[in-house]
Amino acid sequence: MADNQSSELFGQTPSQTVGPFFHYGLPWKGGADLVGATDIGARPDLMPEDHYLLAQPHATVTEPVETITIEGVVVDGQGVPTPDVMVEIWQADPTGRYAGESNSGFIGFGRSSTSEAGVYRFVTVKPGAVMDSDGMIQAPHIAFSILGRGMLKRLVTRLYFDGDVANESDPILGLVPHARRDTLIAKARDGVWRFDIVLQGDRETVFFDI
Amino acid sequence: MTTLSGYSRRKMTKPDTYSREDAGQPASLHPAYASTVLRSPRQPLVRIPQTLTETTGPRDWDRLMGGAMADLTTQHAAMPQGQRIIVSGRVLDEQGHPVPHTVVEIWQANAAGRYIHAKDQWDAPLDPNFTGAGRVITDGEGRYRFVSVRPGAYPWGNHYNAWRPAHIHLSLLGPAFATRLVTQMYFPDDPLIEIDPIANAVPMPQRQRMVSRFDIATTQPNWALGYLFDIVLRGSLATPMEQR
Repeated sequence: MADNQSSELFGQTPSQTVGPFFHYGLPWKGGADLVGATDIGARPDLMPEDHYLLAQPHATVTEPVETITIEGVVVDGQGVPTPDVMVEIWQADPTGRYAGESNSGFIGFGRSSTSEAGVYRFVTVKPGAVMDSDGMIQAPHIAFSILGRGMLKRLVTRLYFDGDVANESDPILGLVPHARRDTLIAKARDGVWRFDIVLQGDRETVFFDI
Repeated sequence: MTTLSGYSRRKMTKPDTYSREDAGQPASLHPAYASTVLRSPRQPLVRIPQTLTETTGPRDWDRLMGGAMADLTTQHAAMPQGQRIIVSGRVLDEQGHPVPHTVVEIWQANAAGRYIHAKDQWDAPLDPNFTGAGRVITDGEGRYRFVSVRPGAYPWGNHYNAWRPAHIHLSLLGPAFATRLVTQMYFPDDPLIEIDPIANAVPMPQRQRMVSRFDIATTQPNWALGYLFDIVLRGSLATPMEQR
């Protein structure tokens, strides 16, 4: 039978779920802190201590910066929080530049496993507006990937910041039906940007085909 | 606002930098895999153009995650139990070009089919000498290689007498946010693959892309069996010049 090495089958490797047991393989300590100040992101409580082999936290930004916290609960189609989901983010730095375009040292990638209560949390900096090579301006935003047990492929969404005037003219928000746009807008509450992710059902988060 | 919407329409016609999903990708909802029923969106995905956000991606892997961990059999005091294996291959794009210097993260069960995870409670032995987590970086030709033990099959609660085929989880980011991929590598001649709802969320024949091949040239005499497994990420598309 044809297999991975068969030339007639050559093409995209299919996506599969991360399953429920990814915690000792993917989310490292500090992975959810993009400025390197804390060790959040991993779930070392889910494995014996001597089987935690992933990275230890270290500072990724040397200069003092103003940080923000982003937090939310991930819920399924019955509104039940999901304790076995992983959230990844990708974002520009405060000047709107992605890693590789600037020398700021900010990598802009983070990974957070959800807690038993289904909550993820990131500490990062607020990204600036992003300008594409053709001059298109995007409002400050953060790209999200959602992976987990029961998810055969990642879901992609975006976080925008409530109250940013640039949201009105953002070309991607403009493609989202008006009634659903609010699912992409994080709200500031008690000093935290709150951004819940609803996988299915009422107020289902808008997910993108990229 | 008319200017903006006109601009957005124009952007939608801009060629993608990376190809979109092909017909071999699973749907999010696959009811035979019961957990997908409440964890898959019901609204259609909103198609967006690939902006700078989707066409850039993280670098500096060793700064983020630490260095390579390519040998899963030497992470503890003694050798783990089980059949020692070598898994190697290349990370490629859809034109067959190598994807160099990209990270491949792996995790797997031990030889008895048990994960070193507090929530894996089935009655098979843990191995104190095996964690099952690794990380390799592709070389300039997109090649990678790691050493491990062959994972065992294990039961799960999806349906009566459900068993997952032996598999290794692989996670890749590739060059851009758009190329993110998590997959599973299966082993040749495993009778559990064709009755596994997770593998079968992928239609045939593309499902077979996830089945590695035993390779005697990769096998090392008196030491380890070798398997080949190439990973093909989305893109790159032909440049606009070539498309004209």
